Amino acid sequence: MIEVKNVDKSFDGNQVLKNVSAVFETGKTNMIIGQSGSGKTVLMKSIIGLHRIEKGRIEYDGRNLPDMQMKEIRILRREVGMLFQGSALFDSLSVLENVMYPLEMFSLTTYEEMKERAYFCLKQVNLEEKAFGLAPSEISGGMQKRVAIARAIALQPKYLFCDEPNSGLDPKTSLIIDHLISEITHIFGITTIINSHDMNSVMEIGENIIFIENGEKAWQGNNKDIFHVDNEALNGFVFASELYKQVKKANQ
Amino acid sequence: MSLLSETGKYFLLMERVFVLPDRQRMFFRQFPKELEKLGLQSLPIVIIISVFIGAIMTMQTKLNSSNPLLPTYTTGLVTRDTLLLEFSSTIMCLILAGKVGSNIASEIGTMRITEQIDALEIMGVNSANYLILPKIVAFVVMMPFLVIFSMALGLIGGYGVGLFTNIITTGDYLSGIQYAFVPFYVFYSVVKSLFFAFIITSVASYYGYYAYGGALDVGKASTNAVVNASILVLFFNILITSLMLN
Repeated sequence: MIEVKNVDKSFDGNQVLKNVSAVFETGKTNMIIGQSGSGKTVLMKSIIGLHRIEKGRIEYDGRNLPDMQMKEIRILRREVGMLFQGSALFDSLSVLENVMYPLEMFSLTTYEEMKERAYFCLKQVNLEEKAFGLAPSEISGGMQKRVAIARAIALQPKYLFCDEPNSGLDPKTSLIIDHLISEITHIFGITTIINSHDMNSVMEIGENIIFIENGEKAWQGNNKDIFHVDNEALNGFVFASELYKQVKKANQ
Repeated sequence: MSLLSETGKYFLLMERVFVLPDRQRMFFRQFPKELEKLGLQSLPIVIIISVFIGAIMTMQTKLNSSNPLLPTYTTGLVTRDTLLLEFSSTIMCLILAGKVGSNIASEIGTMRITEQIDALEIMGVNSANYLILPKIVAFVVMMPFLVIFSMALGLIGGYGVGLFTNIITTGDYLSGIQYAFVPFYVFYSVVKSLFFAFIITSVASYYGYYAYGGALDVGKASTNAVVNASILVLFFNILITSLMLN
């Protein structure tokens, strides 16, 4: 479980996060949603420790991140997997080597065992074996996302972060990626935090949703409650598209 | 103030670079790749430039020193000493600052803007150490070989002038390059080049590592890396020369 308590963060005097508190539960797909510029990416990067916060606590199962030294943060990060918006696969390595990379860096197993684990992770994300030897630039965006997920889970992380996992993907592939993340979260009991503004994802897999508005937590709930909330900003976000307006009408 | 903060940032980065690698086998896997990429792939440009500059230097020296009172070995001697003292170390390093510097800055800069460096950091890898240390060590190791190779090829280029033109005889040229040879000049040149290799790789890595934005910014980082590495090479050339040759 990750707990964020009274977090403030500003850049050059501009306060981006204002007293944000939230709980991200283990074994659930936790989502941070909000409009562009609302502060959700800053919140996620603060939770991971890529931004140093000015005030508050970020507790990874009781371990407060802001109190940690760089060395301790590095050790903690070995328990973290991350799926980047652009996949962030290493260009110079093949698909298989990308997944093996964290294993080679941090596990003490033999090469064969590492390869076996990498194969397992790649099979877990339904990637065909013929793609294993290809370079990241030779596979599609959806496949790159799958490889990135496989790499993120290679070291059996306790915490998985996904930054806009569906950006640049078609609706069908987005759905596959969403279900993959959800499945992995439940199978391995991971604390997953997804940063997204894709309402389809929210409706599909949002078990614990935090809505950020102007750097403040404006609402927290799940994908069942989100349609029935009396919050103007949230409604403006959720029902921005014609499709969801129709869904709302149909529900009424 | 900006210069001071940039210098501070550079040294803080170097502090992160010069630590024992998390996994030594990963370092030793990366190291030969960098030797090949930064060293061996620089050979063609070193060969072409050294041979041609050696030849041109011989021709120019001979054609511009027509005084009959000058000894016949002058051309060979001037060519040799210019190659040994400045060309094969300083000028060659300035050229390599362009090739290797832009290569490193754009590679690391691209990794930065495509979040590959963030991915390494999230994994708990010391990205500065993993990406930069093998490059610095590889280029510092390769540089003496490139310098000595350049010296030899420059001299061969000059010999070619004697062989294929009537400007100078090969006999005069050969006696010139052997006359009053100071072995310390080779040592001096190699020592200088080690410093230059460090400057080129570390400065380029610094600009790449702190690149931000898009492709245009990686280009800017690459240009800054080459310009600043070149200026530092020239500055340290004066410093090392005054320390070693005075």
